[in-house]
Amino acid sequence: MANFLNALPGAVSQGLIWGIMAIGVYITYKILDIADLTVDGSFCTGGAVFVMLFGSGVNLWVAMLVAFLAGMLAGLVTGLLHTACGIPAILAGILTQLGLYSINLAIMDMRASQSIAVTDNGVLNRLLVSLRFLNTEKFPFYRHPIFVVGVFTAAIIAILYWFFGRELGAALRATGSNQNMARAQGINTNVTKVLGLMLSNGLVALAGALLSQYSGGNEINVGRGAIVIGLAAVIIGEVLLDKVFRNFALKLLSVSIGAILYYIVIQAVLQMGLNPNYLKLLTAVVVGLFLSIPYWKGKYFRGYKKMRTVGINMVKIDGETGGDDRA
Amino acid sequence: MLEIKNIWKTFNAGTVNEKTALRGVDLTLDDGDFVTVIGGNGAGKSTLLNAVSGVWPVDRGTISIGGVDVTKLPEHKRAKYIGRVFQDPMMGTAATMQIEENLALAARRGQRRGLRPGITKAEREEYREQLKMLDLGLEDRLTSKVGLLSGGQRQALTLLMAALRKPQLLLLDEHTAALDPKTAAKVLDATERIVQKDHLTTLMITHNMRDAIAHGNRLIMMYDGRIVVDVSGEEKEKLTVEQLLAMFNQASGSDEADDKLLLG
Repeated sequence: MANFLNALPGAVSQGLIWGIMAIGVYITYKILDIADLTVDGSFCTGGAVFVMLFGSGVNLWVAMLVAFLAGMLAGLVTGLLHTACGIPAILAGILTQLGLYSINLAIMDMRASQSIAVTDNGVLNRLLVSLRFLNTEKFPFYRHPIFVVGVFTAAIIAILYWFFGRELGAALRATGSNQNMARAQGINTNVTKVLGLMLSNGLVALAGALLSQYSGGNEINVGRGAIVIGLAAVIIGEVLLDKVFRNFALKLLSVSIGAILYYIVIQAVLQMGLNPNYLKLLTAVVVGLFLSIPYWKGKYFRGYKKMRTVGINMVKIDGETGGDDRA
Repeated sequence: MLEIKNIWKTFNAGTVNEKTALRGVDLTLDDGDFVTVIGGNGAGKSTLLNAVSGVWPVDRGTISIGGVDVTKLPEHKRAKYIGRVFQDPMMGTAATMQIEENLALAARRGQRRGLRPGITKAEREEYREQLKMLDLGLEDRLTSKVGLLSGGQRQALTLLMAALRKPQLLLLDEHTAALDPKTAAKVLDATERIVQKDHLTTLMITHNMRDAIAHGNRLIMMYDGRIVVDVSGEEKEKLTVEQLLAMFNQASGSDEADDKLLLG
């Protein structure tokens, strides 16, 4: 138990970082109604770009910005494959993700991992987050990852809340809600879809950049299964907080909380002695289960709805016979 | 206002499912014309409206609205000129968004969407007033999700959205067909009021011949991808359902054609 409590700040920090990625997944999966698998590649791209730029002496914020833009570029590719080339969104994402594996290796100088020289205090102090800052005796609270990433998350949620209340953001939401309606209202749904994919993957890459700082380096497989972790966070947040959190900003917050809970659970399972190699299987099973619940629920409720639809049909039939009579 | 010249459309060309839905349709609507469209299933009524909306490109012919050739414009660009209400109540609104958000989206039809607010305080007041006109109590539910509304309420809202920015052309594709008779009458009432108020040029498909005669200043009947009957003015005022049936039988050259064909 003591071990678990000691590991808790680390789990929460990681959860917060993955939470930013999950907010990116929320934009595509929930708002645009697209399952975008690009994220498995673009998460690593963000880390790779950051580590290489930061390592060559580029300013931290510039490196993070470039990582964000690199993610947006990945989203653009998927978006164009989907809209301009007519490839189903899920396949477009898989194609980009596969291609990104080579690109990520190339960015990392053809090596499977690259590290940040965190043993050098000068380098360490330039970082925004690091697991070394978890040590509260050596570092002040305002450097603590939970505090820093927490503030970062709050800023991202605030910006997204603002954006989705604007004309363009509303157009994006309309596209995800009903494409026919969106086009009838003059929205170019291809543009909004590409934009959403770019924004989403930008955030995912930004999270990748944060994680590479936190863990002191980037590794080529870091994003494997990211989409599933993102979905886990979205679903956990929704199941637990959907009824309480109505406001859009709070919905985004619930995604972040979902990611934190996910990492706490993972931490607990590891402490209980699970071989870490089984983590991905565990995640897949849990997410699979949670994705099934709405379907099963729907099946149960559809039986109830069927009765109601029959009622409506009867009204409709009445209406038609009424029309006959009048004719 | 609307000028359609010799448009043709064939679906699934070169396959066993080939179907020529429009065979050289010509139609010119004057400013303020309210035209009702009738015809049996597969006559090409909906195809005609979809061609005008730009859901897909036509094979031949030209379409212009208010003097602007829109034949090559994609659907979202034509939306600048056109307000639409569909047969399916689910199709015209975004269910997961609020009533006021749906209206705000419609208010920006044809405008560039940037980082200005998605909805303003002044707009809310305007929408409240507009919704009052529908007389469905929606003015007190501005922030309700549209998914919570009934089919009739959604159609009325879609109608309001279509007319919100006074489109040059209003297209109604059997927009009361999926509603119960009472609601259908209410929505049709609202349609008449909105069209009259803004003097909108309108094309309305209906399967109900009585409605087709009662509304509008002109009536066209389609059969097999062509316009076969076109009456307006006094002739239309005096039209009866029996006459219309006789016209249909004559046009289709078949005595099998009974009211079922027209009522679809």
